[in-house]
Amino acid sequence: MAKYALRAVALGYLMFLLVIPTGLIFWKTFSAGIGPFFEALTSPSALHAFQVTLIVAVWAVVLNTIFGVGTALLLVRRQFPGKRVLNLLVDLPVAVSPVVVGLALILVYGAFSPAGAALAKVGIQIIFSLPGMVLATVFVSLPLVVRAIAPVLEELGTDQEQAALTLGANPIQTFVRITLPGIRWALGYGIVLCLARSLGEYGAVAVVSGRIVDQTQTLTLFVEERFTNFEEGQAYAASVALALIAVVSLLLTKLLRPKEDR
Amino acid sequence: MAIEVRDVNKNFGKTPVLKDITVDVPSGSLTALLGPSGGGKSTLLRVIAGLENPDTGTVVISGVDATRLSPQRRNVGFVFQHYAAFKHLSVFRNVAFGLEVRKQPKDKIRARVMELLELVHLQDFAERYPGQLSGGQRQRMALARALAVEPQVLLLDEPFGALDAQVRKELRSWLRRLHDEVHVTTVFVTHDQEEAIEVADRIVLLADGKVVQTGSPHEIYDHPANEFVMSFLGPVTRIDGHLVRPHDIEVSLDPSPGATEAIVSRVVRLGFEVRVELTIGEQEAFAQLTRAHADQLGLAPGTAVHVRPAAGAKALPVPA
Repeated sequence: MAKYALRAVALGYLMFLLVIPTGLIFWKTFSAGIGPFFEALTSPSALHAFQVTLIVAVWAVVLNTIFGVGTALLLVRRQFPGKRVLNLLVDLPVAVSPVVVGLALILVYGAFSPAGAALAKVGIQIIFSLPGMVLATVFVSLPLVVRAIAPVLEELGTDQEQAALTLGANPIQTFVRITLPGIRWALGYGIVLCLARSLGEYGAVAVVSGRIVDQTQTLTLFVEERFTNFEEGQAYAASVALALIAVVSLLLTKLLRPKEDR
Repeated sequence: MAIEVRDVNKNFGKTPVLKDITVDVPSGSLTALLGPSGGGKSTLLRVIAGLENPDTGTVVISGVDATRLSPQRRNVGFVFQHYAAFKHLSVFRNVAFGLEVRKQPKDKIRARVMELLELVHLQDFAERYPGQLSGGQRQRMALARALAVEPQVLLLDEPFGALDAQVRKELRSWLRRLHDEVHVTTVFVTHDQEEAIEVADRIVLLADGKVVQTGSPHEIYDHPANEFVMSFLGPVTRIDGHLVRPHDIEVSLDPSPGATEAIVSRVVRLGFEVRVELTIGEQEAFAQLTRAHADQLGLAPGTAVHVRPAAGAKALPVPA
């Protein structure tokens, strides 16, 4: 009896928290058929928002992958002073609210800061444009790749890498042929997580982008803007698109996760 | 000399691991670095391979000062205790690795790898993955992989340490035969004195970061430099203020010149031999006899006997 009660509570909880809200969005979106859905998503503003989201996310993933692999190698394979501080710093973005991240970036790179002014002189605008949005997204999704591969690197050990070195491989060959294949599943998992986080980021990007329609508007910003302008159809359609992307990434992580121990 | 190690010192933090190590390894020899755990033998092997840098001292390999060379340029083969198999590569690709990074032509690689797989009896396993091999097979694969690049010296770090007793014995004699076939200068680390005596033609005994004795297995066994070496290489017991091998003790019922009186406290039959535990005054000792001899003497707990080291036996005087 208690078993069923527990199940009912858990299911009811998930129903009201997750299933009903998401279901309603899908229902609202498709209540008028699939036509309006595509129409809403193919409007110029929506397409532009897709494009911006994709550009920002791809940049963030690329930067975080390079940085993540490097940092994980540093944290797992090397001893150096300040290692514990670096280890802490990597997790900082999880603790800091994205809005704070956005404001901090404006403080550093905004038009009224020395750095921002200097960059503006050479024609580079960080805040209220794509570079700032990439920075903000990189910041919030920074730990994901590092934390996905660090434990696997740890478990992999150094024996295989040392064996490769004694067999005449240089450090780059060793990394590409031995280390990378050893962490490939974890790296894939980290990249998908990072991509999902980057696509869905709202707070930091909202502050940094200035929310300029058809310029710095990402998909999440698009949803919010359409919703507050009473264009709910478009807001729901874009939400469904975001939800579908999330579901696909979730499935991908599920596919990548179990193979990791091989 | 294939390897000349000169005055090597190495500390891990504040702990000295190698202290003024000087070792010569003759070309074509099969040398064992023998010693108790924590004696520095693995570290010495890794210093020779370039996987660790010595704090001071030099390592010369085939006449070339290799002290500052990276492992990739030393041309040594290294075999790890836990195989260090490349898990994502087939057996063939594992063995081919060193040749592939040297950009050798494909057909040449193929011929060389198959030749080596035959040498280590893995020719039927070329397409398998390391996860599908037994421990002994993995270690043979690792050996083939190390030999593929025709190293000047082959270094093995406790190569049989992770294997079960049966496989270990097989691989030991197989390694000996392989060395007779391939003739590459080989150094292996072991803490098992039996393994060192059986396989090696030279033994370097290391303890506490220092070389204690160097020589052929016979020399070291028959002429141990000190008490430690003698007791490390085999069982020892004390009679009459001397350290003696228990199989070198003569046991008789009648008194004889130079013999000490003892009382049998226990008789343990271990297959073909018999271990006789003795009480000499206050001290405990034991002797190893053949079964026939023990039966002939009719030894039982309480029997009074006379014991002495056999003529020509090694007996080290020890302070009481």
